[in-house]
Amino acid sequence: MLNINNLHAELEEDSEVKILKGFSLTINPGEVHAIMGPNGSGKSTLSYVLSGRDGYAVTEGGATLEGVDLLEMEPEERAASGLFLAFQYPVEIPGVGNMTFLRTAVNAQRKARGEAELSAGEFLKVVRAKANELQIDADMLKRPVNVGFSGGEKKRNEILQMAMLEPKMCILDETDSGLDVDAMKLVSDGVNALRDAGRSFLVITHYQRLLNHIKPDFVHIMSDGRIIKSGGPELALEVEENGYTDLLAEAAA
Amino acid sequence: MIPRAKLVQQKRDAAVTWLDGRALPEGGVWATKARKAAEDRLRDMGMPSKRDEYWRYTDPRRLTESTVQPAVLHDTGDALPLFDRVDRVKLVFVDGVFDAEASDAPELAGAEISQLRDAARSDLHWARDIYGVLEARGQTPISRPLASLNTAFATNGVLIRVAGKAPRPLALIYRRSQDTADALMHHVIRLDAGAELTLLEDGPVAARYNQVTEIDLGEGAVLNHIRAQGRDHERVGATHLFARLGAKAQLKSFTLSANGALTRNEAVIWLDGSDGTAHIAGACVGDGAFHHDDTVFVNHAAPRCESRQVYKKVLRHGAVGVFQGKILVDQIAQLTDGYQISQSLLLNEDAQFLAKPELEIYADDVKCSHGSTSGEIDANQFFYLRARGVPEAQARMLLVLAFLAEALDEIDDHALAAELRDHLEAWLNRRT
Ligand SMILES: Nc1ncnc2c1ncn2[C@@H]1O[C@H](COP(=O)(O)OP(=O)(O)O)[C@@H](O)[C@H]1O
Ligand SMILES: [Mg+2]
Repeated sequence: MLNINNLHAELEEDSEVKILKGFSLTINPGEVHAIMGPNGSGKSTLSYVLSGRDGYAVTEGGATLEGVDLLEMEPEERAASGLFLAFQYPVEIPGVGNMTFLRTAVNAQRKARGEAELSAGEFLKVVRAKANELQIDADMLKRPVNVGFSGGEKKRNEILQMAMLEPKMCILDETDSGLDVDAMKLVSDGVNALRDAGRSFLVITHYQRLLNHIKPDFVHIMSDGRIIKSGGPELALEVEENGYTDLLAEAAA
Repeated sequence: MIPRAKLVQQKRDAAVTWLDGRALPEGGVWATKARKAAEDRLRDMGMPSKRDEYWRYTDPRRLTESTVQPAVLHDTGDALPLFDRVDRVKLVFVDGVFDAEASDAPELAGAEISQLRDAARSDLHWARDIYGVLEARGQTPISRPLASLNTAFATNGVLIRVAGKAPRPLALIYRRSQDTADALMHHVIRLDAGAELTLLEDGPVAARYNQVTEIDLGEGAVLNHIRAQGRDHERVGATHLFARLGAKAQLKSFTLSANGALTRNEAVIWLDGSDGTAHIAGACVGDGAFHHDDTVFVNHAAPRCESRQVYKKVLRHGAVGVFQGKILVDQIAQLTDGYQISQSLLLNEDAQFLAKPELEIYADDVKCSHGSTSGEIDANQFFYLRARGVPEAQARMLLVLAFLAEALDEIDDHALAAELRDHLEAWLNRRT
C-alpha cells in the first residue's frame, strides 16, 4: 500500500535543519502500523511530507502509494488517490460551514476519480449516520470548521472526515492527544469500524494507551528522523513501562 | 507643501472651471432654493483635491475633471441580473436617467414614489425638508464637495416616502448605455415613524457617476438597504449616503462592489434619537486596475444607540482598497455601542490596503471598538482544504468567500444574502 524508502527531508528555508534522515517503512493492505517516539523525532514532519505540505524539501529517497510516486503529486491528488491525514492540530476555518466543507471535499475527490458527485440528499443521509456514531451533533455540523470545537470535538471531526472520505491509507497524527477516556473510545471505535482488508493505518502516538483500543500489527520506534526499532505490540508496552531512554541508548550503541 | 490659502484658492478655481457654462436646472421654488444653496457651498468649498487630507488615499481627479474618460461596457453574458427573482417594484435608470418604459408602475402600498425631475418642478414637496438638507449637514466636520455638486445639478433620482410597512422591496436598477455618460443621481428616502422598506440597488449607473442618497428615518422606522454596484471594469463613481435616524430607528445598509476602476463610497450617519441602530457593511473584490474607497462617518448624537461598520476587501494584481472610518460619540451619547472592523485579503503582494480607523469619544460610559487587518490566504487553512482533496483554485475560492462571509452576514434577509453570495462565487469563478 504505502512504501517509504530511505526518506530524507529538511526545512525548505533552512537546509541546516534536517528532520527525516533515512526513514523506511512498508505498509501492506489491511495492516495497522504504529509509530512511537519522543517529541521532535520527526513524526509530524513525516505525515506532512507524505501529504504534501509546503515547507519541506525531500533530498533523498521517496514514497509511493500503491506503486505511484506520492511526492510528485499535489496534496489534493494524494487525497484523491486515497491518502488521508488526521491532523495533530486540526485547522479552524471561520466562514466555512463544516457540512459545506465535508461535501466539497467528498465531491472534489469523487470528481477527481471520475465518479459521480453525491446529491445533497444522499450526502446528508450518509453524513448524519456517520456523525451520529461519533456523537457529533447537528450543531457541530452546522458550525464553521473546527471553530469553537473542544480538543476532543476536533479529533472526532477528523475521524468523521476520514469516515466520509473512505481513504485507503490513513495516517493518524497523535489523534489521542487531548482526549479523555470516553472520547478516546469514540475515536477508536470510529477507526476500528473502518478497518478492513483493503485499508491500512499508520497510527502516530506518544502513548501506548491508544494502542489498547486500536490494536496495531506492528510498532516502530522513531528517533531523530528514522526508525530505530520495530516489533509487535509488545514493543509499545515496553515503551510504556521503561520510557524511551533504554531504547535510544540501545540504538546509539 | 502648498500653503493652505493657495490650496483653497486652487480648489475654488477648479469649482469655477467646472461650473463654467453650466446653469442650474430649472425648477420650482423648493428645488431652486436647495440647488442655489448647494452651488454656493460648492463655490465656497471648491472641488476636492488629492492634497486634501480626506482624499489622501484616493485621487479625485477622474471624478472632478470636466471630461469623462470612456468606459467600455462590461458584457455580463448570460448571467441572471441580481434580484430578478425577488418580487419587487422595479425602477430602471439608463445612464442615470429614469426609463419609465422599462420600469414597473411606481405603485407600492403605503408609499409615495415620484421622480426628482417631476417633483423638482413643483413649488412644494415633502422632500424639501430633506433634499440638500442632510447633504448640507454632512459638510461638517469634513467637506464633501461632490455631494453639493450633485445637489445643485442632479435632475434624476427617486423621491420615496413610506408611511407603513412596504409589502415589497423597491429595486432601483441601473443600466449603462453610452461609453462617456456622466450621471448625477439624487435619491431621497423618507420613512415615517414605524415605516419599513427594503431598498435594493443594482448596476453600474454610468461610465462616470455621482450619486447622493439622503435618508430620513422617523421613530422606529426600519430601512434595509442592499446595493450592488455592477461589474463594469472601467466605470468610475462617487456615492454619498446621508442618513438621519430618529429614536429606535434601524438602518442596515450593505454594498457589494466588484470591479470598477474607481469607487468612492461615503456614508454619513447620524444617530439622532436614542436606541437607534445603524449597521453598515461592504464587501468588495477587485482585480488589477481597481481602486475602491469606503469612507464612513458615524455620529452617535443620542444615548443607547448601536452602530456597526463591517468592511471586507479582496484585492489582487495591483488592486487598491481604502477604508476611512470614524465613530464620533457626542457627550450626550452615553451607553453607545460602537463597532468597526475593516479587513483586507491580499491575494498577491502588489495589492494594497490603506486604512484609517478613528474613534472620537466625548461620553464616558460607552463601548467602542475598532480593528483593521490585512493578510493573505492562511497557509494552514489552504493546506487543510487541499489535504482533504479540494483542488487549489476551489480551496482559494472557499477561503475568499469565507473571508467575505462576515460582511454578507450583516444582511438580515437570508435569501438575498444567499443570492449575493452565489453571484459573487460565479463572478470569482469566471475570473480564475
Ligand atoms: N516548520 C518548521 N520550522 C522549524 N522547525 C521545524 C518545522 N517543522 C519541524 N521542525 C523541527 O523538526 C523536528 C521534528 O518535528 P516534528 O516533526 O513536529 O516532530 P514530532 O511530531 O515527532 O514531535 C523538531 O525539532 C521541530 O522543531
Ligand atoms: Mg507531532
